[in-house]
Amino acid sequence: MNRRDFLKIACASSMVNFFGFHPGALAFGNGNDAGNGKKLIVILLRGGVDGLNVVAPYGDNRYSSLRPTIALSKSEAAPLLDLDGYWGMHPAMSPLMSAWQDKTLAFVHDCGSPDPTRSHFDAQDYMESGVPGKKSVTTGWINRLVGQLPSKHTPLQAISVGPVLPRICSGPTTIASVSRQISKTKSVMDRPYIAKAFDDLYGGLTDDLGRAFVEGVAAHTAINEVMDSPDVTGNDQMSMQGGGRHGGAGGADDAMSREQKIANAGAPTPKTYNKFGTQLANLFRKDPTVQVAFADFGGWDTHIRQGAGKGQLAQHLSPLAQGLGDLIAGLGPLYKDTTILVMSEFGRTAKENGNGGTDHGHGNVMWLLGGEIPGGKVYGKWGGLDTNGLHEDRDLPASTDFRTVISTVLGNHMNISKAGQNIIFPDFAYPGSPFV
Amino acid sequence: MKLDFNLGNKQIIAAAMTLSLAAGLTPVIWGQYDSPGSVLAQPGGHKRLQRQSDSEGASEAQVSSGGTRSMDEDQKIAHLLNRVTFGARPGDVEKVKQQGIKNYIAAQLNPDSIAESPEVVSKVQNTDLLNLSSAKLIADFKQFQKEKKLQKANEQKDDGTGPGTGAQGAATADAGPGQFNGKGKMRKKFLADAQGGQQASVLGDSKKRMGQGVMEARLVRAIDSNRQLQEVMTDFWYNHFNICIDKGLDRVLVGAYEEQAIRPFALGKFRDLVGATCHHPAMLFYLDNWQNSKPGSMAGGGPKKKGKESGLNENYARELMELHTLGVDGGYTQKDVQELARVLTGLGLAPDRRQIAQGMQNAMAQNGGGRPWGNREAVVSNLPGKGMWGFFNEGRHDFGEKVVLGQRIAGTGEPEIEQCLDMLCKHPATAHHIAFQLAQYFVADEPPKALVDRLAAKFTQTDGDIKAVMTSLLDSPEFWDGKYNNDKYKSPFRYTVSVFRATDTEPQDYQPVIQFLRMQGQPLYGCLTPDGYKNTQSAWLNPDALINRINFATAIGTGKAKFMSNQPVDFSRSRDAVNAGMLSAHTESVISKAPPPLKLSLLIGSPEFMRY
Repeated sequence: MNRRDFLKIACASSMVNFFGFHPGALAFGNGNDAGNGKKLIVILLRGGVDGLNVVAPYGDNRYSSLRPTIALSKSEAAPLLDLDGYWGMHPAMSPLMSAWQDKTLAFVHDCGSPDPTRSHFDAQDYMESGVPGKKSVTTGWINRLVGQLPSKHTPLQAISVGPVLPRICSGPTTIASVSRQISKTKSVMDRPYIAKAFDDLYGGLTDDLGRAFVEGVAAHTAINEVMDSPDVTGNDQMSMQGGGRHGGAGGADDAMSREQKIANAGAPTPKTYNKFGTQLANLFRKDPTVQVAFADFGGWDTHIRQGAGKGQLAQHLSPLAQGLGDLIAGLGPLYKDTTILVMSEFGRTAKENGNGGTDHGHGNVMWLLGGEIPGGKVYGKWGGLDTNGLHEDRDLPASTDFRTVISTVLGNHMNISKAGQNIIFPDFAYPGSPFV
Repeated sequence: MKLDFNLGNKQIIAAAMTLSLAAGLTPVIWGQYDSPGSVLAQPGGHKRLQRQSDSEGASEAQVSSGGTRSMDEDQKIAHLLNRVTFGARPGDVEKVKQQGIKNYIAAQLNPDSIAESPEVVSKVQNTDLLNLSSAKLIADFKQFQKEKKLQKANEQKDDGTGPGTGAQGAATADAGPGQFNGKGKMRKKFLADAQGGQQASVLGDSKKRMGQGVMEARLVRAIDSNRQLQEVMTDFWYNHFNICIDKGLDRVLVGAYEEQAIRPFALGKFRDLVGATCHHPAMLFYLDNWQNSKPGSMAGGGPKKKGKESGLNENYARELMELHTLGVDGGYTQKDVQELARVLTGLGLAPDRRQIAQGMQNAMAQNGGGRPWGNREAVVSNLPGKGMWGFFNEGRHDFGEKVVLGQRIAGTGEPEIEQCLDMLCKHPATAHHIAFQLAQYFVADEPPKALVDRLAAKFTQTDGDIKAVMTSLLDSPEFWDGKYNNDKYKSPFRYTVSVFRATDTEPQDYQPVIQFLRMQGQPLYGCLTPDGYKNTQSAWLNPDALINRINFATAIGTGKAKFMSNQPVDFSRSRDAVNAGMLSAHTESVISKAPPPLKLSLLIGSPEFMRY
């Protein structure tokens, strides 16, 4: 059968929603047809985004007393968006409100890593390696995941956006680095006689260098082929809304503190890469072999003058949310087979500090978007904001392990077997679905 | 010999020279900042290089019983040039043969004994940002910002940012200390002198271009300097004590920082490197120590501003232990970080009243008793340290007693800092940390433990003498083990510089080269994390970047690169320079079959040339 028919069938069979209806359901798929054409997009927000102000428990009156100047509220100039009478969403997240209403957006609060570190480097390291606490792990969990997908690895099956392959993608399986333009790139390798010469030079090498060469050429060729094919994404209205207003770098980016930039570890802010939604969607639509994508963003380490409905956090959240909205719209029919995960290495202190900002915390909120997500709800073992509910009296606890959420998605959405999951998250005992 | 931070530049250099000429080298031990296992295959997986011609005898190196491989003379020279320079230039192999390996090493370990190339001398002299005191640079930068802000205010529309939040506020905060906004006539006058005036700023009119000169100078030095080992060490130490050019004031300070706090001590005493970087305004700003004050004391010497931090800031203390000295497993605790932060309180960018008064007095004396108003230079150059180094402000210092790494530190003020730096530098974890980093940089991504231990011992034995440690390293059996021959993967910076060196060319326009480095993920002075750029294969080998290197190599090799302006390249001389002419038989074959326009591209785009 051809690819299109295959996808249709795959879509039909995935209509049954495993999430939420079976509280004790195992997250493990049967492993047959692992991946089964489903798409996964992982977005890492580097710097520790303040989840408590992304999804805020305004219904708890301790919230505003802990954050006298930066709490979101219904009464300020940029009011929060009510979700369910207790939780509210940051106003900058408005592009995602329709996904909430359509029940394809969910949150898991008090979610994070079991490791207590509040160091950006270490916490990002653990979230990327997928083995918190162990520094000796050199591969990333996305690489291990891709290794579990069907063995015929096409060049663009997994892509990482950015010039340098991040920790989360490192490992023996090929993951293509794709530039942030995701556009057709010119290369000397486009000229046949040059390509042949270099191919002769590198082609016979069996080491890492040889492999990198082959993968580089394959990815380059594949991207160009994809870009050559006509654009598929519709809904231009959405993409213009997303890209236009914020323009390029400068402004808030220049003003970012050194610490913030370090926390970003090279990732752009959403403002500087605000076309990500349209670009990623375009790539997925044009090339059905693309299954897994990773992108990261910085700008979240708001120690000083975080702002409430408006301000630093808002300025970064807004283009991110716009971009995600573009991504959803651009994916079109693929959205129902896609899961988008947004996570950050830790959350921030529940109480604001003396500089109108927040410091490194522990638990955070994880966002999930996608056709199969049991959306319209804030999950997690929410402990509230009194001192009993807080971690070390200051942070949100991580009462749900981030791996629990990911495993659930990998099992139910991508049909990864238990054995496969043990490879992706070694030393991890799956405690059950968080979507209860 | 302790460095006195009240000395000016010349005296620092003189002191540094004395130190570096002192007997013995000291290994500097760096912390392990790369995870032990290579993500990709083990090093040494590539094909063993074989000599093209067999005329000298056996083409394969002998494998000794210990599993090491000995190298013949040509291989040794190739290896040496690969590791202690940024890549051999045509003629370098012959020069080393003539001089002899031992003499060559001895000369490189004593950079002042080598005459510097006129290109480098000229470039350095003409790059203002390398030759000015931080105080002047900061003053100029603040003036620049003031002007920009006025400009912007005139043009600005309302873009919805809330009052006092976001871009504007943060820009002011990060741009630098507000200490010059204090009350008092004298301070106001000093302010006016330091900031105002009709004197033209050396900074020009574009923030973006400010870094350009410094970046070019760094490239010119790496490509052209005869003191190659010094440049290689400067690169190493800059990464070790990394500062990112993108943060506020550091945009104008990184050049001065490298010039004043790094290069003079690159082959000197580790303690001097730590001292110089600790006291340099670029570092004090970068890791926020300028804000590190006793809680409740006035921030920056002025009245406490709303929203400005005026308490303890641990950032520098933490990195000083974690990155600069002991290493992440060095055995310090969070409490130690806090206590060290208390020790460092008060060390910042702003002279206090006493110091300004002293500066004024000195300037007046120079001026024949006349008031130095309006003469910015006179005032700044008469500040303690001549404005090159940070100022210790007693008003912001916590004079209480501290306990750092189990040692009681009495609250004596500025001497506490020196006491702690001494302690950190003498700590065995530091010796090990630096030894590891050096062994990784010069020998292998996973350096042999025996070498690291031996270098650590040397470091301790010589009280942190970098030259002594490097002497040991370059004499070690591990360094000369043939299995490490051409085995390390070049970082983008090293690759780029080696291309120009191998072809004996120079860019006419540096901007595209600077941009290329950015695309490769290694923007000059742009490492965002304080641990600096890594030098391992796992950090840099990446399919996309590799193809881009090939693009770069082909553009230069075929003469299509506009930024090169068609400089002639003698292919065979370049070929003999790359790994002393030793390429794999396969590479030789492909190149020989290629049409002439492509030969050079294949050489500098070859797998062998991606390594060193």
